[in-house]
Amino acid sequence: MIEFRSVTKRFDDGTVAVDNLNLSVDAGTITVFVGPSGCGKTTSLRMVNRMVEPTEGAVLVDGADVRASDPALLRRRIGYVIQQAGLFPHRTVLDNVATVPLLSGWTRRRARDRAGELLELVGLPTELGKRYPAQLSGGQQQRVGVARALAADPPVLLMDEPFSAVDPVVREGLQDELLRLQAELDKTIVFVTHDIDEAVKVGEKVAVFRQGGHLAQYAEPDELLARPADDFVSEFVGRDRGYRRLSFLDASGIELRDVPTAREGALPEPRPEEWVLVLNAEDRPRGWLPPGSTVDTGSETAEVQPGGSLYTKGTPMRGALDAALSSPSGLGVVVDEDGRYAGVVTAEEVLEAIQQRRAEPEHGEPEQGGFG
Amino acid sequence: MLQEILSWLTDPAHWSGPDGIPHRLLEHLGYTVVAALAAIAIGVPLGLFVGHTGRGGLALVGLTNGMRALPTLGLVTFLFLVLGSTQTSTLIALVVLAVPPVLAGTYAGVQDTPRGVVDAAQGMGMTGWQRLWRVEVPNATPLLLGGIRNAVLQLVATTTVAAFVGLGGLGRYVLDGLRVYAYPKVAAGALLVAALAVVLDLLLAGLQRVIVPRGLRLAAVTRRRGGVAREPERVGTDVVAGAVAREGANG
Ligand SMILES: Nc1ncnc2c1ncn2[C@@H]1O[C@H](COP(=O)(O)OP(=O)(O)OP(=O)(O)O)[C@@H](O)[C@H]1O
Ligand SMILES: [Mg+2]
Repeated sequence: MIEFRSVTKRFDDGTVAVDNLNLSVDAGTITVFVGPSGCGKTTSLRMVNRMVEPTEGAVLVDGADVRASDPALLRRRIGYVIQQAGLFPHRTVLDNVATVPLLSGWTRRRARDRAGELLELVGLPTELGKRYPAQLSGGQQQRVGVARALAADPPVLLMDEPFSAVDPVVREGLQDELLRLQAELDKTIVFVTHDIDEAVKVGEKVAVFRQGGHLAQYAEPDELLARPADDFVSEFVGRDRGYRRLSFLDASGIELRDVPTAREGALPEPRPEEWVLVLNAEDRPRGWLPPGSTVDTGSETAEVQPGGSLYTKGTPMRGALDAALSSPSGLGVVVDEDGRYAGVVTAEEVLEAIQQRRAEPEHGEPEQGGFG
Repeated sequence: MLQEILSWLTDPAHWSGPDGIPHRLLEHLGYTVVAALAAIAIGVPLGLFVGHTGRGGLALVGLTNGMRALPTLGLVTFLFLVLGSTQTSTLIALVVLAVPPVLAGTYAGVQDTPRGVVDAAQGMGMTGWQRLWRVEVPNATPLLLGGIRNAVLQLVATTTVAAFVGLGGLGRYVLDGLRVYAYPKVAAGALLVAALAVVLDLLLAGLQRVIVPRGLRLAAVTRRRGGVAREPERVGTDVVAGAVAREGANG
C-alpha cells in the first residue's frame, strides 16, 4: 500500500507542484493519476521512489516512510517505467532487462535467465534480447521498459505515461497487455496519464488532479464517469463520458429480441419484406439479407450484406452499442461465448438500459439532463 | 620542387643521427603523447564531474574558451620567463592547448546522454557512481574520443613550436630550413607533420570503432534517419512476434 500523508511539494523557484495531497493507493491494484499537463502527477509519482523529496508531509510504502530507506535500495524494490522508455542504448535488450537484478548482486547468468523469462512475459520473442534498443519499434521499447521494471519482481510499479509516445493502435495493445500482466502478477501499480480514456480503461481507481496539485476526485472509473465531483472533473472526463461508461456496464439488463433467421445456402423464397439474419450450420451469423431483395441477382453471396460487429454476451455494454450502430439493419447481433446467435438489440434499447442503470438506487439520484 | 622534396626525404643522410627523421619523429611523437596523456588526465575527470553533477557548467565553458584564446607561442615564452625551463614550459603550453577539446568533448558526451536514460538509471536504483560508470561514460565515448582526436591533431600541428624555443621535433626542419632558405627541407618537415597527424588520427579512429559500444552506433544511425525503428505489422502479438523473428533471422 502507498500512502500520501499531507504531502506538499514546493520547488526552489516557488512552484507548488503538489498541495497537501492525501491519498492512499490500495495494494494489488492499478491506481491512475490523471489530469491536465502540469498538475503535479509526475511530481507526486516521483515522491514515491524519492526522485523528488516532499517539502512537507510523508509518503509511506507498506507503512514505512520512504525517507527511512536509502534511495538506491528503495528504488530497486520499486519498478519504474517512463514515457521515452529510457532504455540504455549501449546495452542489449537482455542486459537492459537484467539491470536491477545485476545491481542487486545476482550473478550475470541468473540475471540474464530471469531477463529472458521477462521478455516472454511481456510478449516479446526471446531472440529480441540480443538486439539493441535502437533496433526496436516504439511499442517494443515500451514492452522492454516494462520488463526491465519487473525484473527484480518489485511489489510496487510506478509508470509515468508509459504508453503515450506510441501510436493509438499499439497503445491499446500495450494497455491490454498490462491488464493481462496485472491479472497474473497482482502488483501495486501507480499509473500516470493525461488521457482519460486510458485512465478509465486501466485504472481500478482513478485520481483526478487539478492544476496546482490538488486532488479533485478519487474514485472508481464507473463512479467517476457517472458522478463527477464538480465542474472541473465533469469537464475533464468530457462530453462523451456516457459512452465511455458503457465500458463498465454489462448488458445483462437488456431484453434480447428475436429476428427472422435463415440458413446459409437455403434462403427463403420469395425473399421476405424484412431483414433476415443469415446463419451458418453452426448458428454463427454470416450477414444480413435485405428486405424484399430479388431472387435473381445471381449468387446468394451477392445478396447477403456483411453484418456489423458482433456483441458477445457478458462483455461491456459498449460492444452492444457498437454492434447496433454498425449493423446494416440497425439491429445489433448478440452471440453467446461460443459465437452462436443469441438475439438482437437496438441502439435505443442499449441507451434505455443505461438510463435505467443510472436510476438504480445503488447509483444514487438519477442525474439531470440527457445522455452524455 | 616536388622532386627536391622527394630527394631530401629519401636521402639516407637524413635518416640517421640526432637530426635524422626517425629521431625527430620520435621527439615530436613524444611531446604529443605526453601532452595528450596529461590533457586526458586533467580534462576527462573534470569533464565527467561537471557533466555528471551538472555543477559548474558555465564556469567550464568560460575556462575552456579562455584557454583556447591563449596563443601557444606567447604562452611558451611567458612560461619560460617564469619557470626558466624550455622543456617544461613547452609541455605545459601544449597541455593548455589540448585540455579544452578533451574537456569539452567529455562534458558534451556526458550531457548528451538522453534525459530519459539518466532518469531511468536513477529510478532503477543506480548510485551516482554506478550511473556514471555504467551509463554516462559509455554514452559519452563517441564525443569524448572525438575530443581526444581533436586534441591530438592540434598537438601534432602545434608541437612544431618546440623548435622555436630550441627543442627538437619535426619543427626543427621547418625552422632550420627557413633560416637558410632550404625550402625542400621546410616542405619535407611540414609533410612529415601532416603525415604523422593523419596516421595518429587513423589509429584513433580505429580505436573509436573498438571502444564506442555497438548499440550507440546503431542509435546514431537511427537518429539520423529520424525516429525509432519501423513498427512491425501489428495485427496481433503473434504476427508481431513472427515478423520480429523473421527480421531477426535475416539480420
Ligand atoms: N524541477 C522542477 N523545478 C521547478 N518546477 C518544477 C520542477 N518539476 C516540475 N515543476 C513544475 O511543477 C508543476 C507540476 O509538474 P509535473 O511534472 O508534476 O506535472 P505533470 O502533471 O506530470 O504534467 P505533464 O502531464 O505535463 O507531465 C509544473 O508547473 C512544473 O512546471
Ligand atoms: Mg508528467
